[in-house]
Amino acid sequence: MIAYITRRFLYAIPILIGVNVITFALFFVVNTPEDMANLALGAKRVTPEAVERWKAERGYDKPLFVNAEADGAARLTDTIFFQKSIRLFVFDFGNADDGRNIGHEIRTRMWPSLALAIPVFLIGLAVNITFALMLAFFRATYIDFWGVVVCVAMMSISTLFYIIGGQYLVSKTWSLVPISGYAPGIDAAKFLILPVVVGVAGGIGSGSRWYRTIFLEEINRDYVRTARAKGLSELTVLFRHVLKNAMIPILTGAVVVIPTLFMGSLITESFFGIPGLGSYVIDAIQAQDFAVVRSMVFLGSVLYILGLLLTDLSYTLVDPRVRFE
Amino acid sequence: MKLVPLWTDVLVWLLVAVLAGYAWYAHRRPHLAAPWRRVSRSNAGMASLVVIGLFAAVGLTDSIHYHPLLPGTQAGAPPVYSVEARSLLDDLLTPLWSRSEKTYSAPLAIRSYSRETVELPGGEVRREFPRLRYGGRHVADERERDRDVVLTVLQGLAWGAMAWATLAAVWVTVLARLRRVTVQTMARRILRRETQVAWIAVFVTLLVAALIVTPVALLAGGYHVFGTDKVGQDVLYLALKSVRTALVIGTLTTLIMLPFAVLLGIAAGYLRGWVDDVIQYVYTTLNSIPGVLLIAAAVLMMQVYIDSHPERFPTAVERADLRLLFLCMILGVTTWTGLARLLRGEALKLRELEYIQAARAFGVRDTRIITRHILPNVMHIVLISLVMDFSFLVLTEAVLSYIGVGVDPTMNSFGTLINNARLEMARDPIVWWTLAAAFGFMFVLVLSANLFADAVRDAFDPRVRVGQAAAEGAG
Amino acid sequence: MRKAVTLLVSALVLGGCAEVWNDPYPASERGGNILYTSFVDRPKTLDPARSYTSDEWGFIQQIYEPPLQYHYLKRPYQLIPQTAVEVPKPRLLDAAGRELPADAPADRVATSEYVIRIQPGILYQPHPAFAKDAQGRALYLDLPESAIRDKYGLSDFPRTGTRELVADDYVYQIKRLANPRVVSPIFGHMSSYIVGLKEFGAALQTENQRMVAEHERDHGPADKGLPWIDLRKFPLSGVDVLDRYTYRIRIKGKYPQFVYWLAMPFFAPMPVEADRFYSQRGMNDGRNLTLDWFPVGTGPYMLVENNPNARMVLARNPNFRGEAYPSEGEPGDAAEGLLRDAGKTVPFIDRVVFTREKEGIPYWNKFLQGYYDQSGISSDNFDQAVRLNLEGEANLTPEMQERGISLRTSVGTSTFYLAFNFLDPVVGGPSARARKLRQAISIAMDWEEFISIFQNGRGIPGTGPIPPGIFGYREGADGVNPVVYEAKNGTVTRKPISAARKLLAEAGYPDGRDARTGQPLVLYLDTVQRGPGDKPRLDWYRRQFAKLNIQLEIRATDWNRFQEKIRGGNTQLFFLGWNADYPDPENFMFLLNGPQSRAKTQGENAANYQNPEYDRLFERMKNMDNGPARQAIIDRMVAIVREDAPWVWGFHPLDYSLAHDWLSNLKPNQMARNGIKYLRIDTHERAQKRREWNQPVVLPIVAILVLVLLSALPAVIAYRRRERAVARPARQAA
Repeated sequence: MIAYITRRFLYAIPILIGVNVITFALFFVVNTPEDMANLALGAKRVTPEAVERWKAERGYDKPLFVNAEADGAARLTDTIFFQKSIRLFVFDFGNADDGRNIGHEIRTRMWPSLALAIPVFLIGLAVNITFALMLAFFRATYIDFWGVVVCVAMMSISTLFYIIGGQYLVSKTWSLVPISGYAPGIDAAKFLILPVVVGVAGGIGSGSRWYRTIFLEEINRDYVRTARAKGLSELTVLFRHVLKNAMIPILTGAVVVIPTLFMGSLITESFFGIPGLGSYVIDAIQAQDFAVVRSMVFLGSVLYILGLLLTDLSYTLVDPRVRFE
Repeated sequence: MKLVPLWTDVLVWLLVAVLAGYAWYAHRRPHLAAPWRRVSRSNAGMASLVVIGLFAAVGLTDSIHYHPLLPGTQAGAPPVYSVEARSLLDDLLTPLWSRSEKTYSAPLAIRSYSRETVELPGGEVRREFPRLRYGGRHVADERERDRDVVLTVLQGLAWGAMAWATLAAVWVTVLARLRRVTVQTMARRILRRETQVAWIAVFVTLLVAALIVTPVALLAGGYHVFGTDKVGQDVLYLALKSVRTALVIGTLTTLIMLPFAVLLGIAAGYLRGWVDDVIQYVYTTLNSIPGVLLIAAAVLMMQVYIDSHPERFPTAVERADLRLLFLCMILGVTTWTGLARLLRGEALKLRELEYIQAARAFGVRDTRIITRHILPNVMHIVLISLVMDFSFLVLTEAVLSYIGVGVDPTMNSFGTLINNARLEMARDPIVWWTLAAAFGFMFVLVLSANLFADAVRDAFDPRVRVGQAAAEGAG
Repeated sequence: MRKAVTLLVSALVLGGCAEVWNDPYPASERGGNILYTSFVDRPKTLDPARSYTSDEWGFIQQIYEPPLQYHYLKRPYQLIPQTAVEVPKPRLLDAAGRELPADAPADRVATSEYVIRIQPGILYQPHPAFAKDAQGRALYLDLPESAIRDKYGLSDFPRTGTRELVADDYVYQIKRLANPRVVSPIFGHMSSYIVGLKEFGAALQTENQRMVAEHERDHGPADKGLPWIDLRKFPLSGVDVLDRYTYRIRIKGKYPQFVYWLAMPFFAPMPVEADRFYSQRGMNDGRNLTLDWFPVGTGPYMLVENNPNARMVLARNPNFRGEAYPSEGEPGDAAEGLLRDAGKTVPFIDRVVFTREKEGIPYWNKFLQGYYDQSGISSDNFDQAVRLNLEGEANLTPEMQERGISLRTSVGTSTFYLAFNFLDPVVGGPSARARKLRQAISIAMDWEEFISIFQNGRGIPGTGPIPPGIFGYREGADGVNPVVYEAKNGTVTRKPISAARKLLAEAGYPDGRDARTGQPLVLYLDTVQRGPGDKPRLDWYRRQFAKLNIQLEIRATDWNRFQEKIRGGNTQLFFLGWNADYPDPENFMFLLNGPQSRAKTQGENAANYQNPEYDRLFERMKNMDNGPARQAIIDRMVAIVREDAPWVWGFHPLDYSLAHDWLSNLKPNQMARNGIKYLRIDTHERAQKRREWNQPVVLPIVAILVLVLLSALPAVIAYRRRERAVARPARQAA
């Protein structure tokens, strides 16, 4: 098993290199170092010398991929690509264009993101499974039919409407919670209630429908019929057999998401003024701070790959028949 | 007039052609046609298909662009065309876009929503809500407005019902002729749902649509049915124009990524070995880049290209169109991996089937096996994913526009509409109608797409038909 | 169950009356003498030598004190001393060093000398850079790297100290402007005025390169711990310290506007200890312990919490010398209560909490709920790409007046305009054809409508480059632009569209079609695309041109590309704004000065306008002192540009500010942002109003919950029914 994990980690390296090359190429085609300098220096009284100085100070005055002037290894290492990208592999993100340390920023912004993402994830999971179980229990009745209709309707509404509606009613009209903002520690609760509710509500439609499908698939298996034939009550069958067995696809589906929770939610964080990683990314995109965007892309890829690995591992834990070759 | 074939126009019509071609192809092969027959029996499926059809009609008329001829060209001289690219829909809706007010007005209002300083003839200055330039101009006495609206709605309902009745009668007669039965028998069969197609759902949906569309159309002649926006444009017009953008993003994304997904997916599954490894590497890599960031980078890059080559895109419409197309492409890049993976799995399965093994043993070339045997048998997966992805893509557009990497800001889309409306929510008194219009249109479109997708998936995937049976049993 | 719901509702309603639920601030701050305000964009730097945006100055000017400041109440703007003893008068010297009279012509003046005397006894805020041990040795200036490893903020240094402000500190900051590691945006500009600054910069550059090379050799290129450059070791010929409290700046030639620069943070004092403190190895290594983030000044406030993602907090500087509230102002200020605190010692407020608010809706609603004391976005940021505008009707509705919210407007010192690129073959150049086209467009662009739709009426249509409130602006009948407006029986109105059409026909485009080819006229507008919220604005522009049957193609692009196009002169029409650096007409007239063309010399004349007579007059006007002679020249210059119409004179945004009635002494000021020290808050009234306005409404949410529970009822019923029908085998679906 350790050998398997090692191999998977090694396999991740070419993928991360690929990610790096793609993002690097994309961002430097978009934004030449001149652009970055101009944006950072503002509009008033900018001289070409100031631009050059800015570039030199941040190491953007080197060639992109190959440094023809240097000798030996420096031909490849004394370039923007090497300086800016390879360091990502040891999670040294360097400084943003505004001079702030990206690693420090990620470490501090991670917590608000998690404070929002984890409740949304866990509560969402619980609510969706409960709702889906109810639909499965009442399958083939009008309750199931209308439940599915509600699900489809809810998933046809853009997230933006949930957020706008929630803020307008709950915060503005009814004055129940602060409309936006964040505070660390226990004070965070009053800021997080609304975004969490909105996040959960936005996910009910598709989540419940998906779990309902899984349950129904399980209900039609032979062992469930056998159990039912033995005279077990419907509820017992549902909880003892169906839920237990359906947990495998549910959990493995959920595990893949866990690492990406770190990345936060772009839209929700922005609207509610939560200073997490999601709003960090949006800020960076809008300010065209590509040092940040590149770091976040890298981080996102690493977490995604981690998620895949965790999924595979969780398969073995819930289903001992799966063996690693 | 001179036609301007915009890129997305061409592709939209290509998509129509492809769909028609597939329909014709599948129609003659029972094993391909069978699942679609199941779709046609589903009430929800057919009803949503009708709604989608109506939206598609709007989108398609908005997908024929041309430069109108300018008047006053001297005889003999070469004709001069306007530089503005207009669509057929614009022409049909001329009163809507040409009659813009100064600023906000509420739905069906005849007075502006904001006070203005008006100079009275005597030189006195007063702040008041002025009458609109166009909305409700025909109503001389303001108190008459409610009566006028009700009368127009009633008239519309009557017209709608009449139009619907005529259409239904003609339709039933045609069906009866085709089936060689009397009209009464046909009608009875439809009512008792004994037909292959759930006609009853079609007719009911059409009736509802007719009862909504005709009154709105009649009202739109004299009022702004959904009000006007900040610079006085008719919100109904903006919403209708947004339909095309949504449809283009929802469908072309899949169409554009199709060749890659199909080619690479099948190649990976069928050829296996190193090809499989490479293709898997490519899509794992692409998949692991957070989608929004990839889209943001690519869209910004596109913007740079457009900005540095202004001569290639003489009009704003063309520029916006290219950006839209590119957005579809990049959305395709981030979503094709799912389809490719499905196709790879299917190709792996098909590859082991006996007749393909036999063909291989006879030395039939791989390309031939792929085109003749594998491709036709995976087409339904492609279609299902087209339908399934549609609503997701429409919703994504709105979110991307919010971040600022969506469609061109001059383009009408639900994303831009919602974003403008969002800012209006903070006004006092509140300007709610833009948001309501965007919500309504988007909800109906996405809901019907979702329902249709459900029907299609249930028809193709026998394992999950429980739900469908239940729904039909109860409904 | 019904009983339970009733109980719940009554509990919630009763419980709700006592307290508000939506207070976004911690309970510990309740009742404090704290000002709550907001910021939109993360500041990029708080280093006074680098920062050049008014958002950042909102923080910087509370902390750092340049020698001069603007009078808080008087208009037109007037410079008064801040740390200086008086506003310096330049001594003009000719090439031989002889003193000239103050009205000497500019071409005879070789240098101008500014002698600035500062008040003794001013102390810096407490800061670890000044901390000393019992022997008087600096505690934290020669720390080994290992001692910094566990430090992440200034609070990690237990001891602090202070020091008296001396003239050396001002000189040190001027030297920092030339430091290649600082990259000050005004270095280029200042080096052409301050004697010896250019040479000083070159010497520093050489030294820095030597140090970098040496450092890279020893530590490798990736290492960030460059050793400190002690700027004191390098002489700057044009700036010298005369005594402990006096320094002298020598300027090349005559530059009367220089005195305005002395009111900007670029000329604030910087203690050498601070520079040395932050330059220690390890300070910037992932800790952001730099002058960019931890300012040190003598001002009324000091930065105590620095979290640019969410919250910045200023607290009263205990060492602040105290300053008297102004005792005179504009006529009318007394009536508005602005002089009630005359002569009292500022600041009045203990803490200032800046909360980051990116979205307009939460921002506006929090203001209405009483959680921000004032609202109002300065009309700056035309020249910085900013996305957010205050959304919502800012004209006071009766409801808002009832709440005691007041609106203060003041004349802005900025201008927003549509420029024609003078190098463009269609709209540019001095030809009559192009000029008439420009004039026609000037008439068609209905700025009165723009202001009413997009600015909620807060703006004054422009009639020339100079905004009101700046010397040279003409009001009333004298100020009418005869090209665009006409006076009819006493009122001035925009010329009718028919007049524009006539001009257009004379320009050779009857009915918007080129008379020679019959082709429709298409113009291209470049604009910065800031988001989907721009669409209405773009639609409005298009409609203005459509009045003349001109097709307007809008090229929206990002800020960089936009700037690049303007720099290259590859534009036709574009929007720009200018925010005054200082209240002098030169700061606006130079935007149309030919030799400062953006495309040719990278100057600020983005329209690339050129008119020999205007340029000649500009050279005469720029160094004159305000007076009738200067006014006459300005009038002539304005007449020239009105006729040539290189800009469509857009509008001058009104600076406005909304405030709750518990906030007093507020007067918007475009030139300075150091006004927080004058503000006063009635905390008791604020607490009461907040409670009154934010009573939670619980019923609807209870109703929703009940509804959700009720909707589960069918399921319960169905379950019961199923339970009753026991022994029957479960119905098989599918």
